[in-house]
Amino acid sequence: MVGPNITVDALRHLAPVAPDWPGNEWWHWLVFTVILIVFILVMVIIFIYLERRIIAWFAARIGPNRTGPFGFFQNIAAALKLLLKEGVNPTNADILIFWLAPIVNFAPVIAVFAVVPFQNGALLADLNVGILFVIAIGSISTIGVFMAGWSSGNKYSMLGAMRMIAAVVSYEIPVVLALAGVVVLAGSLSLNDIVIAQERVPFIVLQPLGFLLLFVGGCAEINRSPFDLMEADSELVAGFHTEYSGIKWAMFFLGEFGEMVVMSTLIATLFLGGWQGPGLPPWLWLLIKIFIVDFIMIWTRATLPRVRIDQLMALAWKFMFPLALVNLIITAIQVLAWPDALPLYVIPINWAITVVLVLLGSKLFKLGWGRVEV
Amino acid sequence: MQLRTEPFVLNIGPVHPSTHGVFRMRATLDGEVVVDLEPVFGYLHRGIEKLAEERTYGGVIPLTDRLDYVASITNNLAYVLAVEKLAGISVPERAEYIRVITSEMQRIAAHLVSVGSFLNDAGAYFTPFLYMYRERENIVDLFDMLCGQRLLYSYMRIGGVSQDLPDEFLPALRKFIPHMRTRIDEYDWLLKENEILLARAKGVGILPRETAINIGASGPVLRGCGVKWDIRKADPYSVYDRFEFDIPTGIQGDCYDRYRVRVEEMRQSLRIIEQAVEQIPPGEVRSDVPQLVRPPAGEAYAHVEGATGEVGFHVVSDGSIAPYRCHIRAPSLMNLTALKDMIVGWKIQDLILIFGSFAITMGEVDR
Repeated sequence: MVGPNITVDALRHLAPVAPDWPGNEWWHWLVFTVILIVFILVMVIIFIYLERRIIAWFAARIGPNRTGPFGFFQNIAAALKLLLKEGVNPTNADILIFWLAPIVNFAPVIAVFAVVPFQNGALLADLNVGILFVIAIGSISTIGVFMAGWSSGNKYSMLGAMRMIAAVVSYEIPVVLALAGVVVLAGSLSLNDIVIAQERVPFIVLQPLGFLLLFVGGCAEINRSPFDLMEADSELVAGFHTEYSGIKWAMFFLGEFGEMVVMSTLIATLFLGGWQGPGLPPWLWLLIKIFIVDFIMIWTRATLPRVRIDQLMALAWKFMFPLALVNLIITAIQVLAWPDALPLYVIPINWAITVVLVLLGSKLFKLGWGRVEV
Repeated sequence: MQLRTEPFVLNIGPVHPSTHGVFRMRATLDGEVVVDLEPVFGYLHRGIEKLAEERTYGGVIPLTDRLDYVASITNNLAYVLAVEKLAGISVPERAEYIRVITSEMQRIAAHLVSVGSFLNDAGAYFTPFLYMYRERENIVDLFDMLCGQRLLYSYMRIGGVSQDLPDEFLPALRKFIPHMRTRIDEYDWLLKENEILLARAKGVGILPRETAINIGASGPVLRGCGVKWDIRKADPYSVYDRFEFDIPTGIQGDCYDRYRVRVEEMRQSLRIIEQAVEQIPPGEVRSDVPQLVRPPAGEAYAHVEGATGEVGFHVVSDGSIAPYRCHIRAPSLMNLTALKDMIVGWKIQDLILIFGSFAITMGEVDR
């Protein structure tokens, strides 16, 4: 299905929008790849900084504020320290896999950004299967985590890795179904087309349920609290990366925050209108939206307790999976009923459905539906 | 298809983020489920009971600080009550009131630590913990004002307390009470009805009422099971019979009930402090007791309601300046005897939560 001429197809498709897009020149690929890698590394540093400062703010403390302006260079110092640290190999470790795991975990994070548009047409590769690419490549990180857990020769790591597999396999389904709703609305799998389709209203307004599902499922997939069971510090010490140290650990850290950048970007692109917005330059709009999503993720982490593993699975299969199906069906019906453009009065209907379903789910979860007896 | 699986042993502790000290649990796991648990005590054993035999009666007080180090005042109090009972020493009224005020302040401080670390064990990433430490800091500052110490106060003396309240203490305490009330409401507003917390803690780690009584559990662990047993009411010591307060109890004895009991007890402690601050009389704070107390040969047992439960000291005297024997009833240790039965059958995450809901202090368990 994915042929070699995808980009050419995409270019042809984009031609009326961006006739001078230089995607067929070799230097475009080179320059854009370098820009992307630098962008991700810088974003990760900013995200770690924000995470530290904002969590500190929520927890009534100050956070790092000594190194550089507002403590911004604390992460640089931490990275230097990690580079200089001794990398310890546990005796029981399977060394080859132990060394490969951080790379397998981090590399897909960079690859995902190939399809994220920063402006109309400003992206490395406008695949017409953009969302599929994101889902497929994004899931590879999980294999890195499992390799780490398996090869460390540590029971804590093993338990963390098993939880990770269970969570990702379960949450992939509601997430993909939530994305399918967006695809139905936009009529395209390409991220750039999806952003263009949000010119009138961002999809969060049309489809709040889908946004919620993607946000919650996304948090579960990238190990964000309240679903951070794979590295639950209060029981599994550090989860799958318990045995890692030095730069290998730093790679996991990069991967983790890189995934956060990916998920924030994805949510911002699919539901918040991506680079669309009045006044400011498009890339700035995208950045602002990414940081808003990131802030909400940090907020949930600073606020909520962690769910239990069986509740995590029950939430995916008993609550989010049916909700995602309902969301997809409602969207499909609405798109079929008004094929040209959705009238604005579907917005209150969709919001009402969302509120009712979420309150019902919350009530049922409280009543104990979220428990699985083993 | 039936996969062949086998249980494996996971060592939780002695060095682990959630064991509240150096406690160790050898958990046998079937996947995530705990099928067997063997608690291992003794990593923090310092022989405090034996050390007490080598010291004068007054010199034992600093040792008692080191039992439950998050609630050292109540340990002090239990010990001095036992010695006073043994030697027949009376305490001035002002000192009794100061003892009540400091004990209740200590209870709030200790419950803040317990509730905060319980929520931290539930996975709320340090936010509630640090909120509660912020308020604990206020109490610790008050103690600092009182005796110049922030953790191990050694404030009680045989026959009273070491020094009178400084002038600025009572105004500061009066200001603290309403502040603390709003803070407790704030904690409740943040997490009391949280779905995840309810799902995690409600119905988890149920301690049956009969078991709780049989093992000699006390404190919030016992009251969480719905047993209205509080030494302050059941066997009032000091001047506790002069104050009005309720004994909050739970319903079924799960983790959530124990957490709620602690929060409600903080409110009741504030009530007691409020009344005590109003009623406190002027006068001496220490009766005329010689430096080296020589109680007549005999034995005495005194108990107080500590933060974790009934803290008791059984002191035996042979007429010399040092106790012949000083046995400590450590509530944390008594409560922990129910641990295995409560945890087996639950998952690792519940293990941490149930263990956290006991709010033990290892200094007291291992002594």
